[in-house]
Amino acid sequence: MIAADLLVAQNVGFGIISLLMIVGALRVVTVNNVVHAALWLVIVLSGAAAQYLLLSAEFVAITQVLVYVGAVMVLFLFGTMLTRARIGAESDLNNKNWALGIPVALLMLGVMSYVIIDGFGDERLIENPGEMTPIPVQVISDDIFGPYLLPFWALSFVLLVAVIGAIVLARKD
Amino acid sequence: MLTAQFLLLGAVLFCIGVYGVLARKNAVMVLMSIELILNSVNINLLAFSVRHGSVDGNTFALYVIAIAAAEVGVGLAMVLLIYRNRRTIALDDLSEMKG
Repeated sequence: MIAADLLVAQNVGFGIISLLMIVGALRVVTVNNVVHAALWLVIVLSGAAAQYLLLSAEFVAITQVLVYVGAVMVLFLFGTMLTRARIGAESDLNNKNWALGIPVALLMLGVMSYVIIDGFGDERLIENPGEMTPIPVQVISDDIFGPYLLPFWALSFVLLVAVIGAIVLARKD
Repeated sequence: MLTAQFLLLGAVLFCIGVYGVLARKNAVMVLMSIELILNSVNINLLAFSVRHGSVDGNTFALYVIAIAAAEVGVGLAMVLLIYRNRRTIALDDLSEMKG
C-alpha cells in the first residue's frame, strides 16, 4: 500500500515536472529573445535534474545542476552578451525555411512514439517502486574507475583539448 | 511509473531540439537546441539504468554531461571567433562552403 502511494506521488511529480519541461523547451525554440531563451533553458535543465532524482540518480542530478545550470548557462549568457550589440527582442532569429522544421520534428516524434509504445507499452519501470534506492556515489565511482576507465581517460583528454582549443580559438591575435 | 513515460518525455524533448536546430538562425540558439537533445538522451540513459538495475546508465549520463560541457565551450569559442571576423552569427550568412 505504501508502495502504491509512492507510485501515485511519483507519477504526479513526473507529470508536473515534464509539463514544465515541455513548455520550457517549446519556449526555448520559439521565443524571439536570446536571453529569455537561455532562462527558459534553465527551467528545462532543472526539470531534467528533478527527473533524475525521480529515477533515484542523485549524483547525476547534482552534477546536472552544477555543470548545466551553473557553468553552461553562464557560458551561454556570456556568448550572448559578447556577440550582440543589444539585448532585447529580435525578429530575425529564425531561418527563412523555419516552417520545414515542424513536419520533420512531428514525423520523428510520431515514429519514435509508435516504436516506444509498441515496444514498451505499459511495462513497469521497476516492479516495486518502494524498493528504489538512491545509487551511492561509491558504486558509480567503482563503475567509472573499473570497467569504464578507458572512456574516462579519453574523456579527460577531450576536456583538455577543448580547453586548449577554446583558448586558441578565442585568442585576440 | 512506466518505462514508456520517461522514453516519451525524452522523445518529445529530442524532437523539440531537432526543430530548434533546423529552424533557428542564430548560432547560440542552435547550441541551446543541441543541449535539449543531449538532455533528452540523458533521461533515456537513466531510465534504462533503473529498468536494468545497473549503474552503467549513470556512468554514461555523466560522460554525456562532460562531453556536452566541452562541446559548448568549443562551440561558443567558434561563435565568438566568427562574430569577431564577420560581425554576425547568422548561420544563413556563412555559405562560402556551398558548392
